Amino acid sequence: MKPFDLFGAGELEEQKRKYSRIATILAVVFFILLLRLWDLQINRGGEFAFLSENNRIRFDDIPPPRGLILNRYGELLVGNWAAFNLAIIPEDVKDPKAVAKTLSGLVGLDETEILDKLASAKKRGLPRFLPVVIHPYMDWEEMVMVETRRYELPGVVVMTEPKRSYPQGKFASHLLGYLGEVSESELDTDMFDSYKVGELVGKSGAERFMEPMLRGIRGGVQKEVDAAGRRRKVLSSVDPVPGKDVYLTLDSKLQKTAQQALAGKYGAVVAMDVNNGDILALASGPTFDQEKFVRGFSPEEWKSLINDKSHPLQNRAVQGQYPPGSVFKVVIAAAALELGVATPQRSTVCTGEYRLGRRVYRCWRKKGHGRMNLRQAIVQSCDVYFYRLAEDLGVDAIAQYARKFGLGEPTGFPLAKEAPGLVPTKSWKLRRFGTPWMKGETLNTGIGQGFVLTTPIQIAVMCGALATGRVVRPRVVSKVYSPRGGEEVMPVVPSRPLGISEKTLTFMRDALVGVVNGLRGTGWRARIPGFTVAGKTGTAQVVSGVSEEGDEEVSFEMRDHALFVAYGPAESPEVVVACVIEHGGHGGTAAAPVVREVLKAYLKTRRAKEKT
Amino acid sequence: MIDRRLIQNFDWVLLFCVLLLTASGLLNLYSGLSTVGGVKKAMFYSQVHSLMFGYLLLFVAILFDYSHLERGSALIFGLCLVLLVAVLIFGRSAGGSRRWLALGKLVFQPSEIMKLGLIFFLAKYLAQGVPKGGLRLRELAVPAALAVAAMALVVRQPDLGTTFLFLLIAGSMLIFAGVHTQALILLSGLGLSFMPIVFFFLKDYQKERILTLFDPGRDPLGAGYHLIQSKIAVGSGGFWGKGFLKGTQSHLKFLPEHHTDFIFSLLAEEWGFVGGVVVLALFYLLIISCLNIARRARDPFGSFVAVGVAAMVFWQVFINIGMVLGLLPVVGIPLPLISFGGSSATVTLLGLGLVLNIGMRKFIFCRK
Repeated sequence: MKPFDLFGAGELEEQKRKYSRIATILAVVFFILLLRLWDLQINRGGEFAFLSENNRIRFDDIPPPRGLILNRYGELLVGNWAAFNLAIIPEDVKDPKAVAKTLSGLVGLDETEILDKLASAKKRGLPRFLPVVIHPYMDWEEMVMVETRRYELPGVVVMTEPKRSYPQGKFASHLLGYLGEVSESELDTDMFDSYKVGELVGKSGAERFMEPMLRGIRGGVQKEVDAAGRRRKVLSSVDPVPGKDVYLTLDSKLQKTAQQALAGKYGAVVAMDVNNGDILALASGPTFDQEKFVRGFSPEEWKSLINDKSHPLQNRAVQGQYPPGSVFKVVIAAAALELGVATPQRSTVCTGEYRLGRRVYRCWRKKGHGRMNLRQAIVQSCDVYFYRLAEDLGVDAIAQYARKFGLGEPTGFPLAKEAPGLVPTKSWKLRRFGTPWMKGETLNTGIGQGFVLTTPIQIAVMCGALATGRVVRPRVVSKVYSPRGGEEVMPVVPSRPLGISEKTLTFMRDALVGVVNGLRGTGWRARIPGFTVAGKTGTAQVVSGVSEEGDEEVSFEMRDHALFVAYGPAESPEVVVACVIEHGGHGGTAAAPVVREVLKAYLKTRRAKEKT
Repeated sequence: MIDRRLIQNFDWVLLFCVLLLTASGLLNLYSGLSTVGGVKKAMFYSQVHSLMFGYLLLFVAILFDYSHLERGSALIFGLCLVLLVAVLIFGRSAGGSRRWLALGKLVFQPSEIMKLGLIFFLAKYLAQGVPKGGLRLRELAVPAALAVAAMALVVRQPDLGTTFLFLLIAGSMLIFAGVHTQALILLSGLGLSFMPIVFFFLKDYQKERILTLFDPGRDPLGAGYHLIQSKIAVGSGGFWGKGFLKGTQSHLKFLPEHHTDFIFSLLAEEWGFVGGVVVLALFYLLIISCLNIARRARDPFGSFVAVGVAAMVFWQVFINIGMVLGLLPVVGIPLPLISFGGSSATVTLLGLGLVLNIGMRKFIFCRK
């Protein structure tokens, strides 16, 4: 190749010519663009201005019908209805006073009220082509009145707005969840890429966690509208794709029973199929009214809901963390049997207290239980026996078995942000507090107090694992049905083996039957004739020392949490029910009757099914 | 390092054009991102951050002598190729195409960086010398093969607009350097005969876009929709425009993507013929400044880089505005310095920084 000679004699001329050629081409191209701009904006500007101002082609969204939520039998839990909103497009109204006057005769609204709403929209600087809603949720008669006189009312429109309906009333609010406007921070995330400001999205429960299924795909219609904003012709439309229907594993009868049993109380109830993890009922109290989210809150109502100290929006069944109390003895006993620390025969005398160094740890029964073997200690929930087992096991062995039962980590419940609970170990405490583990803390752990925390659903999974020997993953969504593409069954996630010997399990199951049906069993209030219930009570201290006798005088916040968990029938387990009543007092007194009610409801539906 | 002569030779006109264009771009984007429910602030700030980063790159690109770049250009091109392969494997997808790479919090579009990579590589290759009478097929083989490799990677994303842009940038630079008449005839003949085959392989929506150019009424809701609405937006702007934030076409969501590829129609709607002419004039001035720098550069490499950057800006401006005005089919190519998009803005600013660098050092020779 010949070297590039920029300043060669002939080359320089040639370079100059090249650049001037390029400059000419550029000038021509930009001139063409300029001409076109002139053609569109000046030459035909009037024509396009007319198109844009008067004969607008509008593109309106058609929101897709949101998917339904149904229960295991296909009964509707959450549906849709169309709300009729009366609105006025300010731009299209020539004489607002006359329109307001005519309207006030048709619907139950004052003339001034209508004019005020228009004025406030103007004040907020909303564009004049946007409809201003002046009368939301018209009833059918009003809608017909307005529609028939449409031509006397230019600029008045009836807009339909899809809303959620709750045919079952205040039902499983936490599980089903509610809708709200998509937030600014959500809009910035990838998941909400295709959402628009003001669009409704699921904010909690199934509505939130099944949002991608329930939503569907927006459609649109392109139409020509005249100067008054009335539709002249539809140019083209794309139908929306409806959202998919979501079937839950819930049994409405059980759910209603659980809710009624919880009414007026703080706490949670979980009922689950022990064999596949299907959630049959999941209630949390206090609850909230979903209908409120549809009609809208007044600022005061919203404030009081958000600031309510009892946190009605929290789903206590999966987000509430409680010390398990004596329910935890199931884990301790199983660990002790497996590791050979205890045998069914080994007995201890309970004098009502247990000494460790200079400290005294008390049994809940002040005068003591006397001589106890392991089964008796479980049945009567003797604390002294379990202080001893815990001391022999050590906290790390306890933690190892607690994890086998699925404690200390989310159970995999799909419709909420689940709390993980807490299973303490020596290294955990050092990490968290920077201080070594104390022996006395092991004793407290032995009776489910101290650091250990569980959620009601974890307790249900734990007890179910004892009943079947397998740890299930709770399932709430059984299938998703698409009106266009058939149904998609949500698979049952395979359960994992508990990893505890059959011998130990057999002993434990028998002991739990004793808790409910045996002599001096603490769970006798859950007894059901003809249906063997096996369970364990728990009473979790909120403030230490007050739980001893005569706790009627103790103030509400300081009273103990009551826990009870049971499965049945003991011979071939089908269902497990866990219940926590905050500040309910004794587990056997406050929680066991609730579990009994739910189990009875289960029996009733089972019998009804067997008949048909 | 900074000589007095460097300041003397600094092309203030070019920088002035860049500043005015980015400023009007931001103003326009603010309007484009505001909807009835409010302004999408997060997107606006992300563009502000990208521009700030872009100006930082522009400043850095001025500081060093660009001869360092010449030595590294093959390496840069290679790195860009690796990034493009990485996009196909690890890339993030959005809207049906995989174009973005994420490094921690930083998300960028390697195909944008490749525009500069291609320019550097070709500039270095052409700076070795061009035979009298122009490049023959023999000398065209290497740059063509590598440009095709880059295009093949981008077309897989798929990003047809950028692929086509690579072809235009490379073609402009090669023709500028001079292509032998025989080779030129042969290649254009080959290209023309391939056109129907390429058309055959286009996706249906792409064919539709080309056909609607000739008959916008074909499919008013689909491919023709953008075109009709864009023309109404531009046309209804008139001489003075509807005013800032008052463009009904865009704010009434008639015009989709009015913050990215169709930003110019929003500009023309709100600022009218006056605004459109000012922006066109600024772009013209910017491109001419780049070419002036190319003409006076101290060495062929600098001159080719400046020509490449000028070509990069020119083709994007021409295709984007041509598309918005209904002269060209709808292709996804952003308007440089104005459209929303971080990678495009930063890469354009970096490229223009290098052109400023070349302009400053036109009399400063360094030993090679």
